[in-house]
Amino acid sequence: MQDTLPRRALPVRAGGPLPILAILGVLLVLVAIRQPDFLAPASLMSFLGRSAPIILLAAGQYFVIVSGEFDLSVGSLVTAEVVIAARLIDGDPDRTWPVMALVLVSAAFVGLVNGLITSWLRVPSFITTLGMLLILVGAVYLWSDGSPKGELSEQFRRFGRRAVEDVPVLGRVPYALLIVLLLAVLATVLMRSDFGRILVAVGDNPRAAELSGVRVGRTRTIAFVLSGCAAGVAAILLGGYSGVSFQAGSGLEFSAITAVVLGGVALGGGRGSVAGAMLGALTLELLFALMNFFGVSGTVRPAVQGAIILLAVAVSAARSPSR
Amino acid sequence: MASLAAVIVLSLAGCSTDEPVTGPSGGPPSTGAGTGEQSKFFVSADYEAELAMLGATATGPAGKPWEQVLNPTMVDTASFKKAGPHKICFSNAALNNPWRQVGFKTMQAEVETHRDKIAEFVHVDAEGKDQKQIADINDLLGKDCDALIVSPNTTATLTPAVEAACRTGVPVIVFDRGVDTTCPVTYINPIGGYGFGHVGAEFVAQKMKPGGKVLALRILPGVDVLETRWSAAKLVFDRAKVDVVGVEFTDGDPAKTKKIVDDYLQRYGTIDGIWMDAGAVAVAAVEAFQDAGKPVPPINGEDQLDFLRMWKDQKLTAIAPTYPTYQWRTPIIAALRILDGEQVSNPWKLPQPTITEQNLDEYLDPDMPPLHYAMCGCTGLPGYPQRWK
Repeated sequence: MQDTLPRRALPVRAGGPLPILAILGVLLVLVAIRQPDFLAPASLMSFLGRSAPIILLAAGQYFVIVSGEFDLSVGSLVTAEVVIAARLIDGDPDRTWPVMALVLVSAAFVGLVNGLITSWLRVPSFITTLGMLLILVGAVYLWSDGSPKGELSEQFRRFGRRAVEDVPVLGRVPYALLIVLLLAVLATVLMRSDFGRILVAVGDNPRAAELSGVRVGRTRTIAFVLSGCAAGVAAILLGGYSGVSFQAGSGLEFSAITAVVLGGVALGGGRGSVAGAMLGALTLELLFALMNFFGVSGTVRPAVQGAIILLAVAVSAARSPSR
Repeated sequence: MASLAAVIVLSLAGCSTDEPVTGPSGGPPSTGAGTGEQSKFFVSADYEAELAMLGATATGPAGKPWEQVLNPTMVDTASFKKAGPHKICFSNAALNNPWRQVGFKTMQAEVETHRDKIAEFVHVDAEGKDQKQIADINDLLGKDCDALIVSPNTTATLTPAVEAACRTGVPVIVFDRGVDTTCPVTYINPIGGYGFGHVGAEFVAQKMKPGGKVLALRILPGVDVLETRWSAAKLVFDRAKVDVVGVEFTDGDPAKTKKIVDDYLQRYGTIDGIWMDAGAVAVAAVEAFQDAGKPVPPINGEDQLDFLRMWKDQKLTAIAPTYPTYQWRTPIIAALRILDGEQVSNPWKLPQPTITEQNLDEYLDPDMPPLHYAMCGCTGLPGYPQRWK
């Protein structure tokens, strides 16, 4: 499909996970110097467990970004799902499973709506998902009178909070980590399938993809649904980790986009791997942990995130030949 | 520079200035951030006054703190006397957090107890927007209200609107956050942020192991009611030479709170005390210790039930200073007294009780939702408990 347009060869295979692995390696060395205890199994496991939601959101955001779109709605979708789940469960363990299913289905549905509006109504995804963000915030605010009600059951919370105990060597392995590993494998398999190749091709050059028979709109819609599903799972893990709050998902869309960009995925689509995006999220979280070890105040986080986005996109633009 | 500022502030506050105030002397050098410079919101006279009120005895009916007054200074209201039943109007800053939700429901219930005297109660929610509240107050002025209650969204911006209301001759009652004018008939609020911050910090400083590390968790910077809480806590910690290893902002987000506490546990191995400027994320902070398998250190929360239950169940070493939601009852009571021509106190300083180990059980109500504020003074009001669920 790609040979319909002449392209210059890139100096390094762009979008591969190598650069992000190098950054991650450097950060790990710095952590090992500054805070060797952090690399002990117990604290490392706890770190990986609490990083699980953002890793999932980065994977979801990857599908959308690599296909050439954006999904700004995931943060508020997470908040909405956590608040809805708490109100519906209201502390009753018997409602855990139905509500969990509802969370996943409704999150996928929101992704579907994003995809349909973007693909068929031809609204730019930046606007579609910004609108969805505002709609979700407003709807949750209206529905809950401005403050969350109810309570998540312990059964719901265990996925984000509890762990498999007494594992040899590792100690506690958080459920959240196992869920992320499983979904990471699934995402990688998916990206190696025909669908994955088509998704990247759509992001690389939608016109060329369309001319070679790809249904661009449908492919992008599926990407939005995948992002919605990731937000649903992230909501379950995050709600489990910290309980119900109105801030549950605030700002996560930007963290996810930062992670994806850091992971070597080109904004605008067509380049990058899902593994890179997930490693990008892990790297971002490790960077913030490292900043804490060096005594940098947490309030500079947004600034660091912004700088990473600008830097990563600038580097990526400098490396790519102009089309 | 920081120490100089701290010394100046301490001397202004009339505290012991002959002690060095930065870092723990004698002990290991502080590895953390310390408490930093004093907040620019700090006013030493207010601080002194609030601390004095913490020990004062309130006048008023026993067991009804919402009718009690600390250091009353009565004002004459005969000129506002009017035959009932009345139309009472309320311009509310917002309903956007559980504290205001509980408070407003309490106020509605209070109105119901005066059905014979209140013909109509008009409530307008400004949704946290100054501009909307200015317009709201202006609208209410044209609606023949017999009394106007205002809970201002921000102090400076709402002052002219409140002044304009006063000029129409309607009795104005301000509560919760204040305004920069003396024109309202009375300003009702509890002791305040200095008292809140001081009580929590004193407890943590006393109960923690000597030389231990304290993590201070704040919601966000730059909000006067929260800045006063922190500035009072800072003075306590500086005076007690507590090693404050971090002062972090949580945005009221439990996930962020858990991560911050987890990070500090990784960095220091243990944390020996947690001070918070508001209780909303206290449960998340406790969970971070539990999930890391560490003992929960002395901590202060607030009177939200999720924290009180956890305190009881986990046998925490804890305290809960409050910013009581029962203050939402008082403006209605004040309005009716003013319209009857009875004297009221201005300012009307309400007691600000603290929940401790000893009285914890009084506030644990298993039927109430986790985000309910126990210090609502609402258990005897119509519709309890259903209205607050």
